[in-house]
Amino acid sequence: MKDNAAPRLAAHDIGVVRGGRRIVERANLTLNAGELTILAGPNGAGKTTLARALAGLLDAEGTITFDGTPLSALAPRARARALAYLPQGHQFHWPMSVEHIVALGREPHADPFADPTSADRAAIAEAMAATTIEDLAERTVTTLSGGERARVALARALATQADVLIADEPIASLDERHQLVIMELLQSVARRGAAVLAIIHDLALATRFADRVVLMHQGKIIANDTPALALTPERIATIFGVSVHRVETPDGPLLIPSRAL
Amino acid sequence: MLALLVVSLMTGPAQFSPQTVARALVSDQGVASIIVRDIRLPRTLLAALIGATFGIAGAALQGLMRNPLAEPSLFGAPQAAAAAAAGIMAFGFAGALSIWVPLGGIAGALLSVGMLVAIAGRRASLTVTLLAGLALASFAGAAIALILNLAPNPYIALEIAFWLLGSLRDRSMEHVWLAAPFMLTSWAVLAATARDFRALTLGEDAAASLGVDVERTRVLVVIGVALGVGAAVSVAGAISFVGLVAPHLVRRFYGFDPTRILLPSALTGAALLIASDIAVRLVPGAIEIKIGVVTALIGVPFFLAMIFHERHVLEDSTS
Repeated sequence: MKDNAAPRLAAHDIGVVRGGRRIVERANLTLNAGELTILAGPNGAGKTTLARALAGLLDAEGTITFDGTPLSALAPRARARALAYLPQGHQFHWPMSVEHIVALGREPHADPFADPTSADRAAIAEAMAATTIEDLAERTVTTLSGGERARVALARALATQADVLIADEPIASLDERHQLVIMELLQSVARRGAAVLAIIHDLALATRFADRVVLMHQGKIIANDTPALALTPERIATIFGVSVHRVETPDGPLLIPSRAL
Repeated sequence: MLALLVVSLMTGPAQFSPQTVARALVSDQGVASIIVRDIRLPRTLLAALIGATFGIAGAALQGLMRNPLAEPSLFGAPQAAAAAAAGIMAFGFAGALSIWVPLGGIAGALLSVGMLVAIAGRRASLTVTLLAGLALASFAGAAIALILNLAPNPYIALEIAFWLLGSLRDRSMEHVWLAAPFMLTSWAVLAATARDFRALTLGEDAAASLGVDVERTRVLVVIGVALGVGAAVSVAGAISFVGLVAPHLVRRFYGFDPTRILLPSALTGAALLIASDIAVRLVPGAIEIKIGVVTALIGVPFFLAMIFHERHVLEDSTS
């Protein structure tokens, strides 16, 4: 964990009940500037629901503040400028161009009656450069490969230049190389000062990239610490039902799941 | 567009030159003025207004549903509006020119579009949407059948049956004044949502995270489509598929940006319906073919062609 990291998004006692079922229970969580926080947990633990609540996309109990201001007190567009959210699945419903999609990240900044400003264009170019999709600018999003789509979706979220980025399974269904590419990108976004939260299933990648790991199980946060302290073999056995090997590598320790318990 | 308007005013059993039309519009030219002003002008204005309404309604529904196959008539909106309006006329609650007919039509369309959007829900899956639309259209069809069944006398039943086919014949300026305010309001409401459709291409969560109030967009589209379709149907009967064809044609020139196609779709819809209305007047024969029949005869094969063209995409997205 970084010292003197400034809290950007602070969530206090978050609870979500849907269809009579409690999905998130009294979750407390702070996302700090400059940190990549990884939210992990088995399927159905409530990760996506918590992420959507943090992004202000659903009604939740408790309070969420951005730089001390309650999220609910922000106008939707102001909230959208502060906080970018990348949902699962990287959906693009219309066959629009990549550049056009990335430009959507500027919607919260845009004046509906004016052309894009130079700041808009710079942000779009920067987001496309960071995700190395400049060559795809004219391509139609619906014709891209999974790895390309993931990068375009991330570029769209980056173009907003929000202080907080919440990404729900940004590397799901990507090959090994693209998983690493996206993780490195998220890390560099955090290094440049954003508070980043990503939901990741891969515990090896979590240990490798996270500044902090938040573990969820049955709607509750049961650990919120550095990867080494959060992802203990005992805890992993209890909540994921797998045994893991911890392997020291030049890039740091890695956790390799070996057996279902 | 302007050319079509003029041609529409020229065309009919008595053919006029553009000069005659212009003179008949602005000054009293006897019979020509009566024909142009009282018969062809309302008909042409209604074609333009209704075509534009269906064009923009189709484009807006497609934007909301993120699907190029969304169309008011596939979801039973005109049928529901027709059922409500026909019910009001059949049982003598009000005459054909009463304000209650468009209000009833709007209520019917509101019910149908509202239920559809509610059932389709957040994910707006194509299968659920189309099945719900099919059910709602069938129900509206059954309601119309019931009304025809219970109609107090066969003359009224026949009148309603013809009206349901969709026609712009023998409409007066009173019809224009009756429906236009609702249609213009519908355009304004839908135009207010136009910008939201662009972000919706990323799905509802991403759109919401970009500051779009998705719930508000949904409600406004439902209201806008219902106002427009309800008013259009209550003066012209069921005219379908303009809302499917117009946005599709527009995309060839304006691309797939769901925000940019709204206005061109309205203009294209108006042009399509004026052209269809000219066509039905040009077909020789004692009985005029109803315009609703023409748009359906052109629209349904067009729809099938779209399904054929996009079937690979559709097969992947039926979850």
